Amino acid sequence: MTDQEILSGLAEIIEEIAGTPADEVTPGANFVDDLDIDSLSMVEIAVAAQDKFGVEIPDEQLKDLKTVQDVVNFVSKNS
Amino acid sequence: MIGTKILGFGGYQPDKVVTNDDLAKIVDTNDEWIRARVGIQSRRFARDDETVADMAEAAGAKALAASGLEPSEVDLVIVATCSTESPMPNVAATVAYRLGIPAPGAYDLNAACAGFCYGIGAASDSVRAGSARNVLVIGAEKMTSWIDMTDRSTCIIFADGAGAAVVGQSESAGIGPVVWGSAGDQAHKITIEGRNGALKQDGQAVFRWATTAIAPVALEACRRAGVTPADISAFVPHQANLRIIEAIARKLGIPRDRVADDIIHAGNTSSASIPLALSRMAEQGRLQPGTPALLIAFGAGLSYASQVITVP
Repeated sequence: MTDQEILSGLAEIIEEIAGTPADEVTPGANFVDDLDIDSLSMVEIAVAAQDKFGVEIPDEQLKDLKTVQDVVNFVSKNS
Repeated sequence: MIGTKILGFGGYQPDKVVTNDDLAKIVDTNDEWIRARVGIQSRRFARDDETVADMAEAAGAKALAASGLEPSEVDLVIVATCSTESPMPNVAATVAYRLGIPAPGAYDLNAACAGFCYGIGAASDSVRAGSARNVLVIGAEKMTSWIDMTDRSTCIIFADGAGAAVVGQSESAGIGPVVWGSAGDQAHKITIEGRNGALKQDGQAVFRWATTAIAPVALEACRRAGVTPADISAFVPHQANLRIIEAIARKLGIPRDRVADDIIHAGNTSSASIPLALSRMAEQGRLQPGTPALLIAFGAGLSYASQVITVP
């Protein structure tokens, strides 16, 4: 899976869970500050990402993923 | 073998209204944060001298009246609760006596927030087995007795109240098979420790569990009742947190306008939340008689139970 594929899959997930338009989900976007996504939505996103990419993101690691690119990197590294 | 059905609902909320602004005066929180995070706008707290039995009796009386039955036709009273003042006597026998039900079977059931759906399952089984003609199932909780009011992670969520339903005989299956289960390996995620403990939970872990493990249970309950989520006219999950409710509904593909959101003006009343929601939706004319409603309850244990019921 390429980073671009992960990014666009992630953007779909974020749009469904948080309602953020997919084109606003840019690599540098910070979940809290730029996308207004709180920790509960992050859990939902992590679970959806596990379904989509087959990569588990445990709670302890989730809190260190601050930007969209952090999640893309994590999925890429662990898939 | 006879089928079973719900004959009527009843609910009770204590008088004292507690808003988010009221709580913001005693802990570091605010109305906007609570609404966004949990979905609650107001909830009710019982009086200091108001007991679980008092609330159970009030809800039970209304359900009995709605059912049209005489008290003497009730053979079993089940009170789902995890917040009683003391271990004995149980609430059920006292409530049965106060309601004028002559010497029915009576027991309390502790499956925490899953209690009401466990109770409906047990009641339906009892009627079908011939152990009871009619069963009064009550979910009644005084959660505030067990909450640390200085802990903003819990005092904004939990509240007091009771709801009840009467289960009786039917020619067809008006209550589907219960799908129940537990995850005792995660027992430590929601606890009240010792005789004077306060409720503590690993909120994030519980959120993750509720938003992943629960939808499949609800799907199985639909399957066993011979319906699909598309057939469901009302989805009434335990009112734990509006975000959890909406996440589960989304996973099941149930439209938001069919989803109970009683938590907004009731808070999380543990095993009372589902019957309280049902009784208020019935009062408001929001339930369609003769159609399938999906109930799913989940909570400490961790435990869960789900069934499809036909709206009376």
